[in-house]
Amino acid sequence: MAPVQAQVLPISQESGIVAEKVRDGIDLEVNGEHFRHTGDAQMPLLWYLRDVLRLTGTKYGGEHGENGADLVLLDGKAVSAITVPLAGLAGKAVTTVEGLAANDGSLHPLQQAFIDEDAIGCGYCTPGWLIAGVDLLRRKPHPNDGDIDQLPNLCRCGCQTRVRRAIKRAAGKAGRP
Amino acid sequence: MSGNGIRLSRRRFLQVLAGSAGALVVGIRIADAADVPLPPAMLGDNLYNLGAYVRIDADGNVLIGARDPDTGTGVATALPRIIAEELDADWNRVGVVALGLGVSSDNGKPRWTYGRQVGGVGGSIPAAWNELRQVGAVARWLLLQAAARRLGVPASRLRCDAGMVIAPDGRRFGYGTLAADASKIALPDRVPPLKNAADYKLIGHGTGDVDARAIVTGQARYAIDHHYGDALVAVLVHCPWPDGTLARIDTTDALAVQGVVKVVQLKPEPGQPPGSTVIAPAVAVLAENTWAALQGRDKLKLEWKPGASAGESSAGLEQQATALLADDTAVPTTRVRNDGDVDAAGKKAARRLDATYVQPWLAHATAEPMNCLVRLDKDRASLVVPTQAPQKAWAVVQRLTGLAADQIDIRVPRVGGGYGRRLDHDYVAEAVMLAKAVNKPVRLMWTREQDFGHDYYRAGSVHQIHVIIDRKRQLLAWNQRMASASALAHRGMPDDRLWTSELQADQLPAALVPNYRSDWYALASATPRGPARGMPHLSNAFAVESFIDEIAHTMREDPLKTRLRILGEPRALPLSSGGTLDTGRLANVLKLVADRIEWKNWLRTVNGLGIACWHVDGAYVAHAIEVAMQGEQLVIERVVCAVDVGRVINPLGLEGQVAGATLDALSIALNAAITIKGGQVQQHSYKDYPLASMAQLPNDVEIITVAGDRAPAGASFLAMPTAAPALANAVFRASAVRVRRLPLMKELLRLL
Repeated sequence: MAPVQAQVLPISQESGIVAEKVRDGIDLEVNGEHFRHTGDAQMPLLWYLRDVLRLTGTKYGGEHGENGADLVLLDGKAVSAITVPLAGLAGKAVTTVEGLAANDGSLHPLQQAFIDEDAIGCGYCTPGWLIAGVDLLRRKPHPNDGDIDQLPNLCRCGCQTRVRRAIKRAAGKAGRP
Repeated sequence: MSGNGIRLSRRRFLQVLAGSAGALVVGIRIADAADVPLPPAMLGDNLYNLGAYVRIDADGNVLIGARDPDTGTGVATALPRIIAEELDADWNRVGVVALGLGVSSDNGKPRWTYGRQVGGVGGSIPAAWNELRQVGAVARWLLLQAAARRLGVPASRLRCDAGMVIAPDGRRFGYGTLAADASKIALPDRVPPLKNAADYKLIGHGTGDVDARAIVTGQARYAIDHHYGDALVAVLVHCPWPDGTLARIDTTDALAVQGVVKVVQLKPEPGQPPGSTVIAPAVAVLAENTWAALQGRDKLKLEWKPGASAGESSAGLEQQATALLADDTAVPTTRVRNDGDVDAAGKKAARRLDATYVQPWLAHATAEPMNCLVRLDKDRASLVVPTQAPQKAWAVVQRLTGLAADQIDIRVPRVGGGYGRRLDHDYVAEAVMLAKAVNKPVRLMWTREQDFGHDYYRAGSVHQIHVIIDRKRQLLAWNQRMASASALAHRGMPDDRLWTSELQADQLPAALVPNYRSDWYALASATPRGPARGMPHLSNAFAVESFIDEIAHTMREDPLKTRLRILGEPRALPLSSGGTLDTGRLANVLKLVADRIEWKNWLRTVNGLGIACWHVDGAYVAHAIEVAMQGEQLVIERVVCAVDVGRVINPLGLEGQVAGATLDALSIALNAAITIKGGQVQQHSYKDYPLASMAQLPNDVEIITVAGDRAPAGASFLAMPTAAPALANAVFRASAVRVRRLPLMKELLRLL
């Protein structure tokens, strides 16, 4: 079969059809994918992730991110997603809990350690612990108890002793991200 | 479709159904609806419509429904595991799905398909033990029959192992290959025999949380993570006073925010009990997304007028309680227990001792804030609700919509913490009212500030305990008086039962002291109150187990010895609530924690050692804690907890619950207090209500589980009551400061 010849359709003034201008926006990377946010630049990253991208792994904890449930990695460092407006995120890379595992589905060593130590209560604050833990392991591949004590997360289910074990189990294994 | 079903209870029958594509489904049939099979959709591939407990597919995969909400208690793992054990399923092939509310219509009244559906109150495992093992046993029996027919061998000569039926000659048949045949076999007349414990391969062997992988990858969706395409997001501002009114409102600026659609006022419905209607007058901003709704909320101009409760303060309530208890002639609201003659015993006293313990108001501080997704159609309500009690949520929806029982669909995904807060459904009422007002689906979300400021709190309390010790150092009389505002007030409970949320008639050392009296004095409070994790054990164990430590020190005796003397010989004492107190089992957990923490060093170590024990509904718990004082800093060096719950379903899950409840109780005891001033709660964030940080908590909780073969008791909050008194008793040894007021850190720093 002969290839279909592409036709160039001239856009005339009379036709009223005008090519849409590329909209201005904030270009950011989330879990390796590129997005352009064209809405309110003051929207906190948390609501962009949850409402717009429907990445609901990052949780709402409080309006100041006090319990660490909304931690994400911003260019590799843990930050509270509710305290970061999109305005400052142009060209930045965000990693959420959904992005911790490799593309082939293999888990980050800390995710696997959380499973192995059953370091889960209700699980709502777990994504935040994971992000904080990954951030800690990046800074200190072999953290001591004093380092682990500095994690900002809060948990009423009382998963702290199991989280501590999980971080120690993953110590030295965490190359990514 | 076959068989008449096996009776599980008066109304509920197990039934077997042929699912699509050769699946075997064992579930529930309603007695009066025998002619109405489950609709085909419920047997389809949509997992949320499982409509039954067990589904075995032709490929050998087994899907088991979990009926109770999992608020972090592990029931989504433990309940299916009980069924899987009797089924002899291969746990690696088992998937678990949250069943959501099961309800059908019985002449307009609701009939609960799955029976009991409550999470986080300690009853899930005992109920499942009694009711759910049969489900697995029936499915297994059917598979055996199918294999027997295929092989021409009596079923009695076949055995099951890890998802296989094994013939005497060694041939093996996967359950999946038998499912279609099994689904055509009539049910037996009665439940086949249950397995012997000696043959258990799953029960008693630990397994991790079934949702673990979904949770660590961010795929687990809580109610707050659910969306409907066209739902409006609602955020609220509540009146600071539950009985206040809205004096002035200006919505101009709020409505000007792009994305804000509407502002709606809500009011509590008169005559409705707390937890069934809006908690306080409120103004809702509904918008196309959360950010717009929050901005709209910030732009509302509201003026609230206080109600009569504006005169209330937690300090004032404490003063009232103290004054009541200071008056020896004050008549108690209820004399909860009165053994022997406390007054007469007083006349032969060798020694008297008394002390007063003061404990604060507490909030629930669930990780996932209150939220609810609701869609109302003409003949249907569909909701996703983070609830511990879906049947109670149903009642609220039914009342507000007038829909028939089975027109209300309530899904309950994993819940981000309950602690009793989600036994109330004010937030469900709010969401339904809003959906009616805007005629659109609504996704309601509370902010953290609202969660702290508008809770059904645990009330503060004052305990005054007076004991008389005879010349042989025996406890002759125990006279306990407690004052508090009942969590059950205005909830349809008769006045003479209001004490039941505040203390127990059988709590230690009742039944162990010949003259024992327990009086309760009611305080009136307008601040909303409700069920809370560990209630009523938490406050009472702190007072009683601290005081027993004080008694020991007064008598210059090792507190472990004092406790063992009080418990006496191993024996079963009848409890007024039914059941027994087994003093041997209680003494055993005490000795276990004492041995582990090397209690023999109690007198000599510079660190402080503290110990405490308690019993909860047939389960026994003890804590031993070692602390060090480093200047004004308290370091919890070691925590040991022993529990005896009878048979352990999932040891790993139990350890998680015990460690978790221990840390929760320590966190609350160290820091937590809600205070009320001018009728308003003063705490608005985690900064004001600081859950313990990683640094404040012990690095480890050493757990000892007593092996047992009695029917399992619940453990969701078992390890809470003894943590705080063991801590305070350890602090006394380390610092010589006796903390009789919580939160502990504040009081310790005041007294040091």
